[in-house]
Amino acid sequence: MKKVKYRNSTSRLWLLSVAFFVSCTFLSWSQEEAEQGADAEVQEEQVEEAAPSGLGDPANGKSLFNSLCAACHKPYSKSIGPALHGVTEKRDMPWLYQWIENSADLIASGDDQAVAIFEEYNNTPMPGFPQLSEDEVNDILAYVEQPKPEPATAAAGEGAAQGGDGSQGGVSVNVILAILVFVLVMLLVVLFLVNKTLKNFAEASGVVTPEKPKRKPLWKAFVENQFLVLVISIVVLLAVAYFGYGWFMQVGVDQTYQPIQPIHYSHKIHAGDNQIDCKYCHSSARTSKQAGIPSLNVCMNCHKTISEVAPETATAEYSKEFYDGEIAKLYDAIGWEPSTQSYSGETQTVKWVRIHNLPDFAYFNHSQHVSVGGVQCQTCHGPIQEMEVVYQDAPLTMGWCVNCHRDTKVKMEGNEYYEKIHEELSTKYGVEELTVAQMGGIECAKCHY
Amino acid sequence: MSSNKKYWKSVEELNENSSVVETLQQKEFTEEIPVDEFLGDKDSLESSKTSRRDFLKYVGFSTAAASLAACEGPVIKSIPYVVQPERIVPGVANYYASTIADGFDFASVLVKTREGRPIKIENNDLSVAKSGANARVHASVLSLYDTERVKRPMIEGRNVSWEEFDREVKAELENVNGEIVLLTQTFASPSTTRLIEDFSSKYPNVRHVVYDTVSEDAALNAFQAKFGKRALPNYDFSKAETIVSVGADFLGDWHGGGYDAGYAKGRVPENGKMSRHIQFEANMTLSGANADKRVPVKPSQQKAILAALYGYIVGGSSTSNLSGAIDNAVVKAASQLRKAGSGGVVVSGIPDNDAQALVLAINEALGSEVMDTANPRLIRQGNAQAVKELVADMKSGSVGALLMAGVNPAYSLPDSLEFSKALENTAVSISFSLKPDETAVLSKYVAAVPHYLESWGDIQYTEQDFSLMQPAIKPLFDTRQFQDCLLRWSDNDQSYYEYLKETWAGGFGDKSWTDALHDGTFKATSPVSLEIAEQAPNVDVSSAARNLANAEVNNGLELSLYTNTALGDGQQANNPWLQELPDPITRACWDNYLTVSKADAEELGLVNEHVSNGALNGSYVNIKLGDTTVNNVPVMIQPGQAKGSVGLALGYGKKEAMQEEMQVGVNAYLLYKDFKSVQNISLEKVPGMHEFASVQLHNTLMGRGDIIKETTLEIFNTKDAHVWNKVPEVSLDHVEKPVTSPEVDMWEGFDRSVGHHFNLSIDLNACTGCGACVIACHAENNVPVVGKTEVRRSRDMHWLRIDRYYSSEDNFRDDLEKKNNISGLGSSLSEFKEMEEPADNPQVVFQPVMCQHCNHAPCETVCPVAATSHGRQGQNQMIYNRCVGTRYCANNCPYKVRRFNWFDYTRNDEFDYHMNNDLGRMVLNPDVTVRSRGVMEKCSMCIQITQKTILDAKREGREIEDGEFYTACSAACDKGAMTFGDINNDGAVIRELKEDDRMYHLLEYVGTKPNVMYQTKIRNTTEA
Repeated sequence: MKKVKYRNSTSRLWLLSVAFFVSCTFLSWSQEEAEQGADAEVQEEQVEEAAPSGLGDPANGKSLFNSLCAACHKPYSKSIGPALHGVTEKRDMPWLYQWIENSADLIASGDDQAVAIFEEYNNTPMPGFPQLSEDEVNDILAYVEQPKPEPATAAAGEGAAQGGDGSQGGVSVNVILAILVFVLVMLLVVLFLVNKTLKNFAEASGVVTPEKPKRKPLWKAFVENQFLVLVISIVVLLAVAYFGYGWFMQVGVDQTYQPIQPIHYSHKIHAGDNQIDCKYCHSSARTSKQAGIPSLNVCMNCHKTISEVAPETATAEYSKEFYDGEIAKLYDAIGWEPSTQSYSGETQTVKWVRIHNLPDFAYFNHSQHVSVGGVQCQTCHGPIQEMEVVYQDAPLTMGWCVNCHRDTKVKMEGNEYYEKIHEELSTKYGVEELTVAQMGGIECAKCHY
Repeated sequence: MSSNKKYWKSVEELNENSSVVETLQQKEFTEEIPVDEFLGDKDSLESSKTSRRDFLKYVGFSTAAASLAACEGPVIKSIPYVVQPERIVPGVANYYASTIADGFDFASVLVKTREGRPIKIENNDLSVAKSGANARVHASVLSLYDTERVKRPMIEGRNVSWEEFDREVKAELENVNGEIVLLTQTFASPSTTRLIEDFSSKYPNVRHVVYDTVSEDAALNAFQAKFGKRALPNYDFSKAETIVSVGADFLGDWHGGGYDAGYAKGRVPENGKMSRHIQFEANMTLSGANADKRVPVKPSQQKAILAALYGYIVGGSSTSNLSGAIDNAVVKAASQLRKAGSGGVVVSGIPDNDAQALVLAINEALGSEVMDTANPRLIRQGNAQAVKELVADMKSGSVGALLMAGVNPAYSLPDSLEFSKALENTAVSISFSLKPDETAVLSKYVAAVPHYLESWGDIQYTEQDFSLMQPAIKPLFDTRQFQDCLLRWSDNDQSYYEYLKETWAGGFGDKSWTDALHDGTFKATSPVSLEIAEQAPNVDVSSAARNLANAEVNNGLELSLYTNTALGDGQQANNPWLQELPDPITRACWDNYLTVSKADAEELGLVNEHVSNGALNGSYVNIKLGDTTVNNVPVMIQPGQAKGSVGLALGYGKKEAMQEEMQVGVNAYLLYKDFKSVQNISLEKVPGMHEFASVQLHNTLMGRGDIIKETTLEIFNTKDAHVWNKVPEVSLDHVEKPVTSPEVDMWEGFDRSVGHHFNLSIDLNACTGCGACVIACHAENNVPVVGKTEVRRSRDMHWLRIDRYYSSEDNFRDDLEKKNNISGLGSSLSEFKEMEEPADNPQVVFQPVMCQHCNHAPCETVCPVAATSHGRQGQNQMIYNRCVGTRYCANNCPYKVRRFNWFDYTRNDEFDYHMNNDLGRMVLNPDVTVRSRGVMEKCSMCIQITQKTILDAKREGREIEDGEFYTACSAACDKGAMTFGDINNDGAVIRELKEDDRMYHLLEYVGTKPNVMYQTKIRNTTEA
């Protein structure tokens, strides 16, 4: 019986391959976990090791540095003031204590070193810190004298970047699903084969399967049944109309539009992690119809000193190098030279891609909603603080606008403008709180003119 | 009362059998839709290869293609500033006070800028000189974005850098052989005067000649002779009780214009009093149209009239050599002037030194408070004699270098050909020009200068009133101001800005430089002594009077040249807004024409006829003046034109630096001999008919009467309001009820007492018809320009039109009264004749009409898609994105204020005006939708402005005060004829106006309950 032999070998092959596949997946998981763990350990070890014996406690130093010094100094690169790493080798400790306590006095006294450094940094005076004890200064110096933990973070970043598309939690579910599907397909195949074998057996053992009487083909019966045809065609037509309408209504609606921007600006980092107020950058939202794309000088308010992201900002998807590169793009555009801390005067415009596009015939005023109405930015723009890349969250259709105007209560308290009209309208409608629609907010020409 | 009077817009309407008028009254759209053109007749349809099935296939394909194409949205870029200027917030307008001073128009203005580009000109209410912006000033913002501008300096037609230009010019000036002459416009600028002095000290032989394109030479000479200063007396017509004008269009551009606001103030009856205005004139002008009494007389008669007036008032004579009716009018005018005393004033536009000397003498004798000679106007300083001498010197070759700034003599001099030859004789010719105009083309050097919105400057209107000019935008092109060039060439390293500040160091009185710049206007004494040759007073008035009285009376035709409201002296001829602004009197645009009286036209066989769609055609004539002939001038028969006189507007017929579409009209400067606006000419009819773009028969109110209400001051003062301003009545159950009573209303009204409710009041007494509101509306609302042929087809897009109605006492009772009052043979002959010819001397009323924003709007009920609806604030809202273009609304509108977009007027080469190029589109208001083809549009009551006012108040958390709400037209009207406001605001001015006895609504009996109201016109017919 050739066939039997054949069949066995096929199923065995399948089984083997499934087993192999599953084991591979598990193996790769465990590998990565191990790797990440190792990275973290290396980092920590380096930090521990780095504390030089002569100076104070780098942990305390770090918190002091961040609260007092970080506005102007960075440990490993120039900012408004010089990089502090290696400062203990360049200067003697008493000089440092004196400088930190009151740099102006030191400069006034005509100390060569002091005058030189003052002039090198554009005569920017450093405020004195008489509140710091020598121990605390030691702590700070201990922190800044830690060697730069660059390679480790880089490796970690790369590792993460590589693993980016691979195997996170979500992926494993996919694999399980794939396996399930595969098993089901296998079952079907097995059933089919069994059925075929049984038939063969029956044939071989001479069992005669009764022949079915030839019936009218199903499609013919269907065509002849006019009622059924009618019902089905109505259903089909209705379905086509429903989906057709739905399709047509989405023409021109760009919900989830998520274009690639010339500079990868992460709202998640700025508005989410660092909790910068939206209106700090989009300041004209308070006073103008446009929220405004901030001009580059607004970026430079912070990025003059922030030329690179912290290592922990990097995610699996975007490495630190990637983010630093994006900040470099900003510097290129505005003509900022981080090494000399000066503007070259050569600027380029940044051509952002506009995401929220209202048609020209619709007038929308940000200040009306933001300043007067007190509407949160997120109401229309979605969870912007979680968006690494911004997308259009709302459909921005007229129905969407009107629905909100029907439901939203106008914020009237403490606004003298509304006093009279509130009194009149609330008696007219017999309600205490008025919706935008009751105020006339769904009249056509309030938005179309 | 008023409803008995017949009003007409065109003489054609007086013809009872006119089929054209009949058609226009019955049809909304006079043009048939040319169905045959695109569908063809039956034969061609059958022979066509395109079957109905094919047609459906195409339709199907294009629908599918269109919907597929719609799936892919365009990628729109958003480009922020790299470094945002502190004061610019995208989406918020900034205003800068500045001043226009182009040599013809002088006005202190506010410039509205958005994202750094000027988009609109507004009146500067702080202006100490009370110089309101006219239509041309409002339109000047579009001239900034003129594609025909000179973009960089040129030497002999070759583009060069400013360095090279400076080098070459300086070398030429240093080695000049002969005089250096500066031929400039009137700058009226202390700093420029000082600068020219500096320049003169650097180069020897500098002469400064001031040339006014449209000369006020006679008035300047007379003033100089009497007071020793080359200036013009200033007038404050708000103080006037009686105004007698002999040929002066003081509501137009006479003496630099800007007198209409004061005039209008005195015209609104207050405590039963208003000024009385008597006008003797040849052309029908704005002043004549607004006068209580207008006497059409030829220019040569005007001299005799002025002499007689002088005789009656000053000379003590009791007779004159004038004919009966006219003498009668002069006697009455004189007695009225005497009665008014210091409130009386005489003005004259006769281009004659003697006449102007008499005017000064009469006003002095009256002790007129209206005329101010202590603070005279300095905005015209031209010297005709000096210009003539200059041309002679140029011909003789004694002029080595000619620097021309702000003038275009090769176009505007009567002997432009002679000037061109003389210019060739001049070794160095430098033209400081905005455009490569006639003069620039002939000049060796062309210095590209910036527009006034890109320049610095100071302007001295009068001896004490000053104003500053500041740039509102960075220069668009590689341009440099005339003053900056002079500074550079006189080796001064300062910029003109620094020079200006230096001139004014400490000169603003109590204001700082910043304050003065912020206000744009201030009172002071000039830091620079006037460039005026003092001259001993030397006037012999009585001999002047004799000269005038004996001036020979011409029996031929006399031409009065004038500047019209739209183009003025023609500097902004390439401005499509101005070209399409209908003349207030003739209602024609895109043309100049010879205005002829009906009698003269009949004599010469000249005709005006309306073709079937209401468009106007007119005969052609050749005008002959000595050796000069101006060919093919179209003729417009003008009611009220004095017999024996004709009129022609200056400023047209320009060819250089003009877009082809705007090269319209004939150049009348060729007839401006000796800078005299009055010339004796002869006419010759030539074959052919000219096609006018005149809107006088457009958008008539379908033959319905009761549009204008007017009465006399006497009736107004003595009778009850319902006598002269009766509310129309309708019949309810056979009982007459006033149309305003609620029970006759077919509709249920909404509650309009809550929130804002906007009303606009238009005072027919204060409206002079100047057209500033029309241009302001264009600028604010992105109203497209459609061009001459489309206007001819009644497809003009003006949201706001100023209807001009003629009327005469042609109802039965007034005629009877007139007949009874006839005394003497002379009077009977003339007045019987007058009664036969209502068109000879009609009365004129101007009525601005825009959407009336009816509370019961007929347009709203007929729209099948609800694209027009009513807002709670009173606006009738027009929603472009909802409109499908059925035009039912326009058909159902009794006021004919809806405009249909027959075409796309943006980015369409067929309409190559400012909206078809990037530069011109910069003037568009970003807050107002640019409409596309196939939608209806109309006045929105400037909802974008009211919404902004409301939003500002909400943001600041305060109530809105009266006077904060405005529309583009109400803000543009410095006459105060338009008042806009919220009638639900207690104590608002608009509320008082709504309760005023004079208030009426247009076509009130239709029951539309408009939110625009009119104030009845009152004429002061009281003869003293």
